[in-house]
Amino acid sequence: MNKHEWLQRIYDQYMAYEKREKRIVRFFQTIIVIAFFSLWEIASRFHWIDPLLFSSPSSIWHLFMTKIRDHTLLSHTTVTLTETILGFIVGTMIGVCFAAILWWFPRVSKIVDPYLVILNAMPKVALGPIFIVALGPNMTSIVAMGAIISIIITTIVVYTSFTEVDANYMKVLQTFGATKRQWFTEAILPASFPTIISTLKVNVGLSWVGVIVGEFLVSKQGLGYMIIYGFQVFNFTLVLLSLLMIALLSSIMYQLVGWLEKKLIKRA
Amino acid sequence: MPILTIDQVMHAYVTNQSAVLALDHLSLNVERGEFLSFLGPSGCGKTTLLSIVAGLITPTKGRVLIEGKEIHTMRQTIGYMLQHDYLFPWKTIEQNVTLGLKLTGKYSEKTKKQTLALLHQIGLRDVDDRYPNELSGGMRQRAALVRTLATDPKILLLDEPFSALDYQTKLKLEDLVWETLKQYRKTALLVTHDIGEAIAMSDRIVLFTARPGKIQKIVTVPDSLRACTPFQARQHPDFPPLFQMIWKELESIEQT
Repeated sequence: MNKHEWLQRIYDQYMAYEKREKRIVRFFQTIIVIAFFSLWEIASRFHWIDPLLFSSPSSIWHLFMTKIRDHTLLSHTTVTLTETILGFIVGTMIGVCFAAILWWFPRVSKIVDPYLVILNAMPKVALGPIFIVALGPNMTSIVAMGAIISIIITTIVVYTSFTEVDANYMKVLQTFGATKRQWFTEAILPASFPTIISTLKVNVGLSWVGVIVGEFLVSKQGLGYMIIYGFQVFNFTLVLLSLLMIALLSSIMYQLVGWLEKKLIKRA
Repeated sequence: MPILTIDQVMHAYVTNQSAVLALDHLSLNVERGEFLSFLGPSGCGKTTLLSIVAGLITPTKGRVLIEGKEIHTMRQTIGYMLQHDYLFPWKTIEQNVTLGLKLTGKYSEKTKKQTLALLHQIGLRDVDDRYPNELSGGMRQRAALVRTLATDPKILLLDEPFSALDYQTKLKLEDLVWETLKQYRKTALLVTHDIGEAIAMSDRIVLFTARPGKIQKIVTVPDSLRACTPFQARQHPDFPPLFQMIWKELESIEQT
């Protein structure tokens, strides 16, 4: 057996092992899903748990089909999704802009530092009633909720990464007579891209929190409204259906951001 | 007229604790095409001096003139090479080496071609579209040299550019930088800790004392060594005695 064949065989063995490992992990993941839903169904049928409170996968499924047929699920989902995406984008963009302003004016950054700490420590959803009074009980206040919840933390995290960019890159730019604006576009911003992307991931989750709480308060439409409505009329099948929809959509959004990350940061 | 005049420069670093004198009444003239090395213990203000010449920091007192003019008006005549290459990892090699041209407004089809030609000439072929992390340390430092030379600076400031490289790469790059600078008749100031490197590359060697940084002595390298490439100079019979002399000089600086 020559060296080449030998290496090939070692490689094949390694790949076979990896493949087997992956299959085992996938197998158990599937088992958990099946077990969870079957157990839930069985427990509900045999009244181990109260079906009025915990519903069952089959009744959720029936409700799902009914709601699809009368188009209400789609409209509620679209509303929530739009609000979340808007809140997410607005929150992240305003946060990055604030960070840029703080970087550009170091004195401003020193002055506002304690206020940022206070704002960051405050639970932003508590501002909900104020938004509704100020902006009206509509989509605008819900988007504002989805945005405000991520603005401050984005500002702090991105500003910190701006200040931590290696000063020697600035030295290089300075010897070429670069302006401050060029520092920002040529070094600060691209060097901070990985951080900005990782805040995107955090903000996806935060925006969902803001939007759902906003819909609780405004109570007009959306998945958050479905939850609060289901709770008030004691229809927990509806509550659980909304929860499952939220879980599904937020994981899809998270995956999309992950995909975006791979696209944008090939060199990191 | 000397290309660079450092006139009675003093510089102090001010912190919350105190003000510390880093450079004390420093004066020096450098002629066009000269290669000067700065040797001395750490903390002797060599890097501070380079930063002042580069116009990155303003000296607390004194003046730095390039061809008789104050430096802040002519910042683009300086090229600065650092210990690490500091190529921008998100830019391709071509974008990196033409960065200076773009920032100084000298970018054109002609200057771009010249720069890429220089890149190929110093042995970096087929890497224009690659990213820095795909290149070895020596290749990256060569790309950094091209980036520095692209804007055609009158004076090159080299702040320990070889110290992060392995020994073989370092010797090769010393030759390459030396030859390139001689070919384009560039003036260069090199900060280094390596006595051998200073002797092999320079025309004159400036020895510094530490805290505050002052010029202790200026050693002129004999013509026999200056005629050789750095690699040959290291083998030359005149090399060891000069090395001994500078070694003793630095020892005496550290003891005082």
